[in-house]
Amino acid sequence: MAITRDEVRRIAALARLRLEPAEEERLTADLDHILEAFARLSTVDTSAVSPTAQVEEDRTAFRDDAVTNPPATDALLVGAPARDGRFFRVPKIIE
Amino acid sequence: MPEALHDLSLREAVTRVRQRAVSAADVTRAALARIAAVDTGIGAFLTLNEVEAIAAAEAIDRRIAAGQDPGSLAGIPIAVKDNICTAGLRTTAGSRILERFVPAFDATVTARLRAAGAVVVGKANCDEFGMGSSTENSALGTTRNPWDPARVPGGSSGGSAVAVAAREAYGALGTDTGGSVRLPSAFCGVVGLKPTYGRVSRYGVIAYASSLDQVGPLARDVADVAVLLQAIAGHDAADSTASPRPVPSYAAALDGKVKGLRLGLPREYFVEGMQPEVESAVRAAVDHLANLGAIIEPVSLPHTEYAIATYYLIATAEASSNLARYDGVRYGLREARAVLGEMYEATRARGFGAEVKRRIMLGTYALSAGYYDAYYLKAQQVRTLIRMDFQKVFDMCDALVTPVSPTTAFRLGEKTADPVTMYLSDIFTISVNLAGLPALALPCGADKAGLPIGLQVIGRPFDEETVLRVGHAYEQSTEWHRRRPAP
Repeated sequence: MAITRDEVRRIAALARLRLEPAEEERLTADLDHILEAFARLSTVDTSAVSPTAQVEEDRTAFRDDAVTNPPATDALLVGAPARDGRFFRVPKIIE
Repeated sequence: MPEALHDLSLREAVTRVRQRAVSAADVTRAALARIAAVDTGIGAFLTLNEVEAIAAAEAIDRRIAAGQDPGSLAGIPIAVKDNICTAGLRTTAGSRILERFVPAFDATVTARLRAAGAVVVGKANCDEFGMGSSTENSALGTTRNPWDPARVPGGSSGGSAVAVAAREAYGALGTDTGGSVRLPSAFCGVVGLKPTYGRVSRYGVIAYASSLDQVGPLARDVADVAVLLQAIAGHDAADSTASPRPVPSYAAALDGKVKGLRLGLPREYFVEGMQPEVESAVRAAVDHLANLGAIIEPVSLPHTEYAIATYYLIATAEASSNLARYDGVRYGLREARAVLGEMYEATRARGFGAEVKRRIMLGTYALSAGYYDAYYLKAQQVRTLIRMDFQKVFDMCDALVTPVSPTTAFRLGEKTADPVTMYLSDIFTISVNLAGLPALALPCGADKAGLPIGLQVIGRPFDEETVLRVGHAYEQSTEWHRRRPAP
């Protein structure tokens, strides 16, 4: 086993996913199967290889730090699941 | 019988609109009528834009009447993949969590299409957040292959490819993170291009894996794809990874000159277990290019066998981070709970489908303490080796020719039980994303059931011209791109 059910619970908590028991079981089996299939990666000698995070053919483009988009509070709040005037509403987080 | 409007190529339709042989409004109405007639059986679209589309087309007609330049895509109905933002038009990325999301702004590619005169007729179905190879992971609809409705269209840009193949639109935009433009293009018998990473802006594209994602055009022939690429390519101040390199004239590259071009044939892309008809069709296409004067060189990309694992660790790691934004606070679905953390967890549990959860879990695992070096860092190192493989062969070759996929379109449900089997569908397309290269998929045959077979042409970074040149030269002397599914 590459991964246990306890690890799946721990990862789900990190990822903010609430899993049903059946999902936990399925994901344990799936991740185990996937990691098993990916195990051959460990056989590649990468001792002298630097990692690639991004294929940077060109240097990152810079621009002036100027505001180009006007405030659009209402347009952006239209999609809010819950709002209060010009604020997003969320459950109370401070007792 | 006169040719129906929807059967015209994109270029022919633009010419007729610009010459006022037909109005843009009539072209758009014809496309909407075609969609109404055929889409129920194939499900290319999640959302239609009927009223706005006709209004946009009428605006193009007014520009033409006033003697103004209506643009290179004047009045042309286009389908846009539903993970690309369209201001005022629902954009779901195929996910329940965004089922009612209406963007306040256009993606840069959408804005550029509109500026060129294109008419967005609707939003094309896709695997949820682009995560899939068959479009079966869409939470909002089933898309079927127009060549055989029992088969998948490929994914994740399945709706985009189907809209083009079924002549519901003259062209489409898709996104390609691991093959998501090229695989559905091959399965549906259309032409699709994944541009070089950085050639096209990602601003307003709903992120899956940011170091791999790229927007690409689909159309019914190479020249139409070139017209669409011309409209969307180039630097964008809103995306710092969009290259400031000048954009060449892609139409000028379609000169038929493949004589003396060196085309590499990577041996790792002809594997055991491939559908024999795919191998023979691709080899016949290679022979054809040799007859046109190209020089065929056998080459090797030795790290190809590690590409699937490398991709699925890097892409899922990036996805786990990108999808952290869906928390039920600012937009999208919210599952109301009294406690904030529970709201996050319940919202994400209800809003994400099984494959998205699987990828978030895999990516979170690969990034988590104790596993980072063995999985994520290792994958990034192997990514370097995969990229170096390509750099070496491009010292000897101008482009590579390969199959797009080891098989033709598979049946709906055939690969959903085992995620690894589904992941293997991407075996010939994902290395290109890891290396950031441009690659074209175009039709080069059919299997005995009549299902299309795709040829892939891979180029050097920012050398879209050569892959388009090769594809176009092939098309000029073959007929595969003219095959159309009934009706």
